[in-house]
Amino acid sequence: MNRWLAIAAFCLAGGFLIFGATTLRPFGEPKRTEMDDYFNRFSQPEVAANNAVTAIVFDYRGYDTLGEATVLFTAVTGVALVLRRLKK
Amino acid sequence: MTVVVRTIARVLLPLSLVFGGYVVMHGHLTPGGGFQGGAVAASGLAMVVVAFGADRLAKKKGLLSVLESLGGVAFAALGFLGLGLTFFANVLAKTGGLFGNPVPYGPNPGDLNTAGTLPLMNWAVGFKVLAGLGAVVLLFALFGGEHDR
Amino acid sequence: MIGNLPFVVCMILVALGLWTLVVKRNLVKLVIGVGLIESGVNLFLVALGYVQGGIPPIYTYAPADAPMVLPTPQALTLTSIVIGVATTALMLAFAVVIYRHKGTLDARKIRELRG
Repeated sequence: MNRWLAIAAFCLAGGFLIFGATTLRPFGEPKRTEMDDYFNRFSQPEVAANNAVTAIVFDYRGYDTLGEATVLFTAVTGVALVLRRLKK
Repeated sequence: MTVVVRTIARVLLPLSLVFGGYVVMHGHLTPGGGFQGGAVAASGLAMVVVAFGADRLAKKKGLLSVLESLGGVAFAALGFLGLGLTFFANVLAKTGGLFGNPVPYGPNPGDLNTAGTLPLMNWAVGFKVLAGLGAVVLLFALFGGEHDR
Repeated sequence: MIGNLPFVVCMILVALGLWTLVVKRNLVKLVIGVGLIESGVNLFLVALGYVQGGIPPIYTYAPADAPMVLPTPQALTLTSIVIGVATTALMLAFAVVIYRHKGTLDARKIRELRG
């Protein structure tokens, strides 16, 4: 009984996911926002980097990357904490 | 593991480390960067763990931990370097010094000596990811063995 | 024209991960399900930024006059991938510890609170 309920819920959620994907904007024609045009145009004059993605990751959104490094550090600390031998 | 696996690991470890270093070093010119290059180099470390057994590498756990902390501290310090303007401001770009060459606008062949603090941050994050993923793989391999803490 | 087929494929991947979470009971398989959902979401984010006939947002030897794909979704997907690696490592560590303590990986047998 529980199992059939779960499968029914899954079918509902999956149906909504796929229906939502078919009603998005067409693939390959995203909305040109000002932000993306700015990054593509000014990553060379401002940051002097050829790679716009690296310019965003380390310069425009460097604070984001700092949090990401913190998450990685926390994960390694957590794994080292969990995988120790407990005293019997 | 067998002799075949050990020999191949000996041959492939410098190759994967060098390729990871290349991906990190050219992060501001070609696809790639600190995270990707660090992951490539960490895959070489995982291959060593599988081929030679984790017990021979148990002493390296402290070294990896120190390397990861150093990478994180270097990254944060490079962020604080631009504190006179804003946090994470690129103070080294277009000054003519280290990594300070200007870039011509539009498609160009690329110059390694550009982009200011970005290559330094790439190296810091690359070492951080290499040490972090290597430490995770080593801890998983050491769990339950004789060097288990 | 392929229409919205890439988005549908990403959503099928997410749905497969959900199916794994609903049906399977092995903890390692649950971790694989979460990884499938992560992959689907990352693919969806990258596919959202694609421009028809676009090139990567890199100026090194770039062809002239070609449109560039949106760089922001790619940068945020990089963040997402790293966080996915971190969560996967933590989940696998917890699975290993649970197996050592309980002797089983069945998600129904390791419940302590029964209601």
